[in-house]
Amino acid sequence: MTTQPATHSPRASGAAGAAGAAGAAWVRPVGRPPALWRLVLARGALELRQFFRERDAVVFTFALPAVLLILLGSIFDTQLNDRAIVPGIPASQLLTAGMIAAGIASTSFVNLAIGICSDRDDGTIKRLRGAPMPPIAYFLGKVILVLVTALAEVAIVMTVGIALFDLRLPTDLGHWLTLAWVFLLGVTGCALLGVAMSSVPRSIRSAAPVVNLPFLVLQFISGIFIVPITELPSLFQHVAALFPLKWMAQGFRSVFLPDSGVALEPAGAWEHGRIALVLSAWCIGGLILCLTTFRWRSRRDS
Amino acid sequence: MSVLRRSRQSADGAHTAPVTDAVRVRGLRKLYRGVPAVDGVDLDIAHGEIFALLGPNGAGKTTTVEILEGFRKRDAGEVTVLGADPQRAPMSWRYGIGLVLQDAHDMAELTVAETVAHFARYYPTPRDPAEVIELVGLTAAAGKRIRMLSGGQRRRVDVAIGVIGRPRLLFLDEPTTGFDPEARRQFWDLLRDLAGTQDTTILLTTHYLDEAEALADRVAVISAGRIVAVGPPATLGGRSAADARLRWIEGGAVRTLETPEPTAAAHALSQRLGGEIPGLTITRPTLEDVYLTLIGSSS
Repeated sequence: MTTQPATHSPRASGAAGAAGAAGAAWVRPVGRPPALWRLVLARGALELRQFFRERDAVVFTFALPAVLLILLGSIFDTQLNDRAIVPGIPASQLLTAGMIAAGIASTSFVNLAIGICSDRDDGTIKRLRGAPMPPIAYFLGKVILVLVTALAEVAIVMTVGIALFDLRLPTDLGHWLTLAWVFLLGVTGCALLGVAMSSVPRSIRSAAPVVNLPFLVLQFISGIFIVPITELPSLFQHVAALFPLKWMAQGFRSVFLPDSGVALEPAGAWEHGRIALVLSAWCIGGLILCLTTFRWRSRRDS
Repeated sequence: MSVLRRSRQSADGAHTAPVTDAVRVRGLRKLYRGVPAVDGVDLDIAHGEIFALLGPNGAGKTTTVEILEGFRKRDAGEVTVLGADPQRAPMSWRYGIGLVLQDAHDMAELTVAETVAHFARYYPTPRDPAEVIELVGLTAAAGKRIRMLSGGQRRRVDVAIGVIGRPRLLFLDEPTTGFDPEARRQFWDLLRDLAGTQDTTILLTTHYLDEAEALADRVAVISAGRIVAVGPPATLGGRSAADARLRWIEGGAVRTLETPEPTAAAHALSQRLGGEIPGLTITRPTLEDVYLTLIGSSS
């Protein structure tokens, strides 16, 4: 190596010499850097496009809560017919309110946890980190995806409830407002938890089972499948009260059930203040969890 | 200027590179659990150069490149890429960097055109997506979903994304792994075009020595976390000065001769055999021979 003569291709030295004069300045955006909101909208549009093009995933994602509601609603209505817990309130309406909450958690918590895991696995995240795109645009793009899919999910479950189980839409502004804030706080909290959860599975292959088991357990103890929630052992009820799902379901019951339904609540009240408190706490806690535990690389690859 | 610098560097390892280099690395170290993966790497890559980094798996190639790309933090040393430290550079630094990473299989449900157009939105002065798709030879497949593309086409999408922002420096990580020979040749032409007419500096890692030889102005061989040789492929590791081997047929048998002066030897042989030498070949050590010696001797 020490006796090497200085020979190399003419192209190389020519190009290097010419470009050397160009200097080292890298900050030379001739056009204006793209505005953040444009990047966010572009990411959101891309996420939606990718999601809705996976036809089978779309159909089954949206069908799951609807099918569960149809099955559970039919089974429990026949069983509970003759011992209606509170006169005039069929079990299927309790189930519908719960399934709206579970549908939101599924499109935010489950889909986001698995989706980010998949982005980490297939190279999406690495590619984006290497591009001049602020990470916040990626997350806000996911928020757009979650908001749209959660809204669609709520609409589908509500439609099933209205068509099959005599669910009534609220008629006054107050109930609609409750629906709106429970939806927004619930989506936000669950989405942040989903982002945090995405760091738990070791790879995309383990993501679905790792995310689904805790979600299934939470649905059982939060009174989504078993209604009213007071039928559950009190230990379950106490554990469920630590997580957002039970409170979301309770909030939606307060929206869709007649006022007499309040007698079915463990506290004998709708507890709107407490619902807001717990869901807000999860939004903040979820954000902290995301900021402290989020990893760009999968654990295998760190 | 670059002639002097390169010859000096290869002659005595002196580091006199001007600061205008696209990449400048001094004493780079990176430890994984206390074990050095990169152990004192120095590198200079000039603007407009195609530079290939060669080395066996686990030699520190990927770690080095990922530090230059700003994906990993170093434990010691100085790194300047396009005039900035990748660890501290603001996001706008990435306007000048293009990446073609290994093993990406994202965006399967998007079309080529949608994908390239999307990435164009990230940059202040992107190239025209249709032109870039033309440049990588995917115009006919622009409307296809990425899921439907062949491995070689998929890689071309990666390159299109890599160059959409008019990068001054393009990183390519084993770009032609899994290509058939024809696709590989086309890909090489594309890279030569980028470096030659689009004035892009290219840092390439590869396992293929023929690729490095065909494309690179200079190659560096990394082994056990250190650079063991740097230079143009034709002269790497004293290749051009090594003994040449003459091979010819005489009296029905294959004869060989190793000599530092092949021209004189062939001349003498020609005179002895009375003109044309039957079956004559003269060869120097191939890049592969040199490479294997280099990585063998250092580990």
